[in-house]
Order: sequence, then C-alpha cells, then structure tokens
Amino acid sequence: MRKYVLDLRVTSVEQLSERYLLLAATNPAGPLPEMCPGQFAQLRIDDSKETFLRRPISLHHVDYERNEVSFLIQKAGKGTASLWLKRPGSTLNVILPLGNGFTMPKSLNERILLVGGGVGIAPLLFMGEAMQRMGVRPTFLLGARSKSDLLLLDKYRALGTVYVTTEDGSEGEKGFVTQHSILQNEKFDSIAVCGPKPMMMAMASYAKQAQIPCEVSLENVMACGLGACLCCVEETKDGNVCVCKEGPVFDIEKLKW
Amino acid sequence: MADLRVKIAELELTNPVLTASGTFGYGVEYQDFIDLSQLGGIIVKGTTLEPREGNPYPRMAETAQGMLNCVGLQNKGVDYFCQHIYPQIKDIKTNMIVNVSGNSPEDYAECAARINELDCIPAIELNISCPNVKHGGMAFGTTTEGATSVVKAVREAYKKTLIVKLSPNVTSITDIALAVQDAGADAVSLINTLMGMAIDIEKRKRILSIGTGGLSGPCIKPVALRMVYQVAHAVKLPVIGLGGISSAKDAIEFLLAGASAIEIGTANFLDPTVSVKVAQGIDEYLDKHGFKSVNEIVGICE
Repeated sequence: MRKYVLDLRVTSVEQLSERYLLLAATNPAGPLPEMCPGQFAQLRIDDSKETFLRRPISLHHVDYERNEVSFLIQKAGKGTASLWLKRPGSTLNVILPLGNGFTMPKSLNERILLVGGGVGIAPLLFMGEAMQRMGVRPTFLLGARSKSDLLLLDKYRALGTVYVTTEDGSEGEKGFVTQHSILQNEKFDSIAVCGPKPMMMAMASYAKQAQIPCEVSLENVMACGLGACLCCVEETKDGNVCVCKEGPVFDIEKLKW
Repeated sequence: MADLRVKIAELELTNPVLTASGTFGYGVEYQDFIDLSQLGGIIVKGTTLEPREGNPYPRMAETAQGMLNCVGLQNKGVDYFCQHIYPQIKDIKTNMIVNVSGNSPEDYAECAARINELDCIPAIELNISCPNVKHGGMAFGTTTEGATSVVKAVREAYKKTLIVKLSPNVTSITDIALAVQDAGADAVSLINTLMGMAIDIEKRKRILSIGTGGLSGPCIKPVALRMVYQVAHAVKLPVIGLGGISSAKDAIEFLLAGASAIEIGTANFLDPTVSVKVAQGIDEYLDKHGFKSVNEIVGICE
C-alpha cells in the first residue's frame, strides 16, 4: 500500500481520562488514503523539547465519509504527553498507513475473538468496524487495570459482544483476559490480540494449546517506521525482522514465543 | 537555478545530497515519498561478505535531539544482495552506492570485489567505523595501521570510486584521513556515529542490548562540522560531510567547511522528504547569493 506524509488538521481532542486521549484529524489536502485495521501511523511530535522521534500509534477509527482518522493515545512518556497540547485546528503531521494489518475473516460464519489490553484496544475498534461492513459480528474481550481505564465500551458493544476483565474486579470478571470464562465456555475460529507483551504471550500460549489461529500486534520501539533503520526487530523463525514493516501484526506461528 | 553538479573522484553527482547508509534502506523504502532521481545518490545499508543477524533488541534509545542505535550491521550478505536486491535497485536513476563492512581486510576486499562486478553500482563506501560490532568495523577505523590495511586490500580488489567512512571515536581524525588517502582511497566521508550510552533509571540498567550504541542526529552536528573542517583542510581528497544534517542551512555549513557533498541520515526518520528539500534549499541559497555553481562555496569559510 502506498504511504503518505500528510499534514492533517486536528478536528477534535477528547481527554477520556488522565491517561487516555482521543485525537481525530482530517486531511485538508484531499481524501485520506485506504487504510487497514492493524496498520499504524507515525505521528510527528513537535512540541516536546526532550524527545526527538515520531511516535507509532495504531489506527483506531477511520471515517472515510468525514475524511477523518482517529487515534487513541496513552500518555506513556514526554512524547505522547505533548500530544495533549493539540487543539482543534492544530496541525498533526503523520506518515501513514504503515505496516501490515490483521487478517480479515474468510467467511461470514467465522467466530472471531478480538482481545485487547489497556490502550491495545485501539486497533480493535477499526477491526470491528471493518468486520461490521462485511457482516461479521466479533466477540471482544477487553482487559484493564480497573473500571476507570475501560474506555469507549459503548462503541465496541455496537459492533459485537463485549466481555470485560479488570485486575481489581471493579468491572466484569476479576483478573487477566487470559483467565476469562469465555475462553473455556465458547469456541472461536481465530483470535487477534493487541496489548502488553506478557498478555499477548499468555494469549498466544492459550491459542496454541487450543489450536486456534492467532495474530498479535507488537509495539517494539521504533525509529523510522519504514523498514529502513532495523531498530524495531523481533526475533522470528525467519531471523530478525522489522516489526514496522513485516508486522506489527504477526501470526504467532512465526514468532519464537 | 545554479549548477548543483559535483564530482567525487570519478563519481558524478547531479547534486551534492546523498542519503546515509542505514537510514534509507535500499532507497525503495522511500520511493512513495520522493522522486529518488532527485538525489545525488543513495548509500544503501551496510553489506558484509556473510549474512549477519545484527544485535539483539533493544537496538535504539532516543536522546535529546538525537538517537542511539546498536543495530550491528544486520544484512543478508553480499551474495543475497547481488542476486536479490541489486536487480530491484539497479534501475533507480541516481548513484546507488553500497556501504561495505567486514571482519578482516580479506573480508572487506572479497565483498568489494563482488560489488565491483555490478555495473550499476559506481562506488562503495567502506565502513571502517561501525561502533556496534565486536570484530572489524570501528576496530579498523581507530588506528592508522588498521585503516591502511583495509583500504589497501580493498583498493586492489575494487576499481571504481572508493569512499572511506571515518569514525569520530579517535584522538585525531585527520591522522586517519591522511592514512586512508595514502592507502589509495578516492574520497572520505565523515562522521559515523559517536559512541554513547543510555540508562533506564527505573530498571537501573543500560537500555541498549549491548550496552553502548552510536549517537546520531542534530546533537552531533557541531562535532561533525568541526571534524569535516579539519579533515578538509588536511587532505587532498574530496570530503563528504555528514552528522546531524537536517536542513539546507546545515548542509550549506558543511559545504562551507570544505565538504564537496553531504549525506542525510537520521533526519530521514523525522521527514522522509527532507533530502530533496535540502537539495532545493541549497539551490535557493546559491541563487540568492549569486553563486553559479555549488563548487564555488566548497571550503570558502574562513
């Protein structure tokens, strides 16, 4: 897919909690390019004196009618924190779409489980929306530290059945997503996961045991995002490969987990 | 429109802007963003005789106005390059230059000899300055004897334009440059990255997998500029300047200091179109100040 450097114009900035920001932006120069769920953008960080590189952020929602792309951003450090300074009308320089997305369902009957942890739920909304257009209704399993970190649940519920775990038990089942009863009680044809690495590794080992095809979205630290610098490599059965170019979504069978 | 053409020994560039090895892949990674033919040349990823996996992850740490990397020359080896990558890049309409590295003078020479056979590669850049590999790399670039041994071996095996990339991690870079000149190099490029370190205070651990890495980006520009000035005043060879260049203004500073051409590296990560903007900006500067050719400003800084 062709990649673009674009000066987007911020259309809305919504602070969902102290740690999470929902940023939407439009392309004033023309229609946004085609993008796939699981792909990401490199956001330029201009207002931070202490950081230098772009920040890779997954595509959360794309509205082609409004010519708008949204990012769900967690305040992880000084770079992402500077995005809190954006206001409607601000310029947001992005490179997109980058990397390879999740595999889409092959049939309408496929039972698909989308598992997200923390800010890892971000690309699953875009995935759910693309599946809705196909007529497939996924099951979401979303995990967070506590109720206040569970974001935008209504948007996910509009697309499929949503199950929830929190580490403190303040909402849904208490514990981690890998402990949720749905994994024992229902059968799925495939799983897609995005979240902290230990969570993805635990889901991968569940999927292997249950013999269910599983894809995970990695977030190794990146510099270029284009496959040029070779900084973000993951060790795979084919050697070290760039997460930005060969991923960020990988079939777990390719990984050395 | 001023005349932007420059010559580096036998190598003719349409303008003085090259992209630095390890920051531009094989060029194709950037062709969605810019017309590659508008570049003076592309120096592709470091290539070795044998395939290398590079260093373990993490390989990168961000710093103030820069970054550290310890990629460690990950590449699929020169045979793979010749068979699979060369056919994909040979028709790109700019100078495609291969950065060559190795473990021993024989290694370097063998790798260079294979690339000598490729019609559409008019030059190599010899990397005797990689700070991220245990053997070879910078080990050769930090002594005059080491540098001489590699350049002599490669000079015998390689007939086209031979550029040697110098390490800043030395006491006197001009001594190394003079040794490289005597050993038969056609040009020198400098600087490679400065060796550095980053520490995570929460984990109380060094961030990079091998502990140290090479620093690049705007933070190294003053050091690079000083070294380019010193080397350009010490050697007869053409000098290619690099180190933190991210604008036309930066590039012009290097030209004034004595570089005949420049390379853009880390800045490509922030703006994939920066290289062509720098070429345009140099042109505008020359027009504005009444210079007819870029060669008129090389080394004229007092």
